[in-house]
Amino acid sequence: MSHEHEASRLSFFEAAWVVARRDFKAILFSRAFFFFLLGPLFPIVVGALAGGIGGQVQREAVVNTVALAMSDEDNAALVAAGEAAKDTIGGLPRVAVIDSEERESEGLTPESLLDTSEFAVVVTGSLVSPVITGTPAQISRWDGPVALLSAMASGTAPSAFPEITERPLATTAAAAKSDRIRTAQAGQLLLFLLMMLLAGMVLSNLVEEKANKVIEVLAAAIPMDSVFFGKLFAMLGVSFVGIAVWALFGGAIGALAGSAMPSLPEPALGWPLFVLLGITYFAMGYLLLGSLFLTIGGMATTVREVQTLSMPVTMAQLLVFFLAAFAMTNPGSPLELFAAIFPLSSPFAMLARAAQSPDLLPHLLALAWQVLCVAIFIKAGATLFRRRVMKSGKGGRGTKGRIAGTLPGGSA
Amino acid sequence: MSRNDDQYKNGLAIEARGLVKRFDDTLAVDGVDISVPEGAIYGILGPNGAGKTTTLRMLLGIIDPDEGVRRVFGHDRPHEIAKWIGYLPEERGLYPAMKCDDAIAFMGALRGLPLDEGKRRGRELLENHGLGHAVDRQIRQLSKGMAQTVQLLGTLVHRPRLVVFDEPFSGLDAINQGKLEVMIRDLAREGTTVIFSTHVIHHAERLCNDVAIIAGGRVPYAGSVDAARDRIPAQVRLETRNEGGEWRSALPADARHDAKAADSHFWYFPIPEGGIEALLKRLIDGKAGILSLSIERAGLHDAFVEIAGEAAARALEEENEA
Repeated sequence: MSHEHEASRLSFFEAAWVVARRDFKAILFSRAFFFFLLGPLFPIVVGALAGGIGGQVQREAVVNTVALAMSDEDNAALVAAGEAAKDTIGGLPRVAVIDSEERESEGLTPESLLDTSEFAVVVTGSLVSPVITGTPAQISRWDGPVALLSAMASGTAPSAFPEITERPLATTAAAAKSDRIRTAQAGQLLLFLLMMLLAGMVLSNLVEEKANKVIEVLAAAIPMDSVFFGKLFAMLGVSFVGIAVWALFGGAIGALAGSAMPSLPEPALGWPLFVLLGITYFAMGYLLLGSLFLTIGGMATTVREVQTLSMPVTMAQLLVFFLAAFAMTNPGSPLELFAAIFPLSSPFAMLARAAQSPDLLPHLLALAWQVLCVAIFIKAGATLFRRRVMKSGKGGRGTKGRIAGTLPGGSA
Repeated sequence: MSRNDDQYKNGLAIEARGLVKRFDDTLAVDGVDISVPEGAIYGILGPNGAGKTTTLRMLLGIIDPDEGVRRVFGHDRPHEIAKWIGYLPEERGLYPAMKCDDAIAFMGALRGLPLDEGKRRGRELLENHGLGHAVDRQIRQLSKGMAQTVQLLGTLVHRPRLVVFDEPFSGLDAINQGKLEVMIRDLAREGTTVIFSTHVIHHAERLCNDVAIIAGGRVPYAGSVDAARDRIPAQVRLETRNEGGEWRSALPADARHDAKAADSHFWYFPIPEGGIEALLKRLIDGKAGILSLSIERAGLHDAFVEIAGEAAARALEEENEA
């Protein structure tokens, strides 16, 4: 046997590549990947079932205030009618009175009110001839209640109702906000589901490796950082294959369904950049969570231990998701800033930003920060693994506090 | 095996000084010193739990020592010379879904061997070791012994300068143990340094130039097998027809007597100060009726008992019986 030692070791990335290549192939041709491909069916079904409720909740939560900009008398009469009816009639709007003095002094028009404030619609005209300004969807939602309240206020109900004049607008501040929140929510939910699915897969992959006892072969040949890195990127590669498959199917379904497909409003950064950032934040979010899960998988020796150890992280990740989901409704708030900085919530919070704000610089900063965090997480996980896991050989297990064998005259 | 100093042309393959490793409140290894000459077959001999695996893991850089230094071919960080090393851990592990040649190629790839070349060599090695029929079989379809052989071949596929085996004989039947011994000797003949841990003394005795005896996390002896055996004086083994007579005064007072039959008596004692020839003359003159006389050198087992103590030797024997 002739020895070969032209170069003495693989570089970090070469070593990671060896691991990633094997894992990628192994996962791609496994049953786990098939179930991974089926994964999105679950949220689609649940989403479809919950869609109606969610949509209603969103409408209620975002904009349900009607601005009254009629004469002061008519405004007062309509408010009084609303107060009188609120215990017997449901679905009435909250009202905000814009008095004539304020309108005149600040030169407020229905359009300017809708652009600067988050009102569903603005009611002008009079009780006998109300004019509603807003997006077609909001007009259609509120014209009935406004007609009812106007008739009650003018005393013509229930025999006669005023004819509503509609002044539809293409969009309003409230509509834009509401729409972009829908886009952000959809993006965040997709990100979260994918990440949890993949992190779980990478975790079980490492546990399987420990069960196969391959891990020591890997640890002896290449640094654990490379092992972790290779495993994470193999799963990321698998996920991109999955995404490509879903995109193909989604595209095909979209092409067949045409305009019958539901559409999401355009995000603030535009669709191409939003999709690019979405993929990048998905990768970063997965790498952050996956490196945590790998550390857990490295520390655990049985599936039960994995479940015990990963449960708190899964719950914490759920909380982080909720934090990011809540924070996006208050852009610029300290909570939203915290969600953008905290590594595990940062991808969610920043994706929501991409939907709501056109600024690009915060994304570059956030991505740099997330890359740094991934490197720290992988390094820390690998170090912990080396310190905590390879404790003893087969025979040494269970010899806590003593060492087998004694020396003559010595202490063990 | 006698030591062939010509093999040690390049100095030390491994040098470790004062290695200490603690796991929580357990002191697993307590100041281990080891020097492995390049080209040697070196055994680490001790009972389970004595610190063999932890020592090997520190030598290979899988774990870092809490104290002490280790150098492999002069490098402080063994991962830096990963391509020069092959390692077979005690707990054998392969991916069950992998084919045999892929498994060998993967292990080679971890040590820097291109995948295609690893696969080609893997097929060749499998053929040479009687597993040509299993090249395309998945690991999960193999017997335990065959899977172990595949992993062993994966350890060697990149042609390392240093091969480290942790308990390589455990789990192998007698035939495969014999084959492994031949393989280890062949490796050493080709200039590869082989270091292995074992709790079976006769493997170390048959194969090794040098051994480290480890017990209680310490190494009370590290050196040549010959020197270890020489720590115990050689014994005279005398067989006589007669039990008593004037000749008995030629034997030391503490000579051990063992009667096998009425006309066959064995006597064991150290070589007398006057030498064997003077002893023989007195025995003949005294009409002892000599049936046989031999000088017996102590075995490694006796040396182990002397060096590591009765308790460690007992632990070793119990493991062997188990």
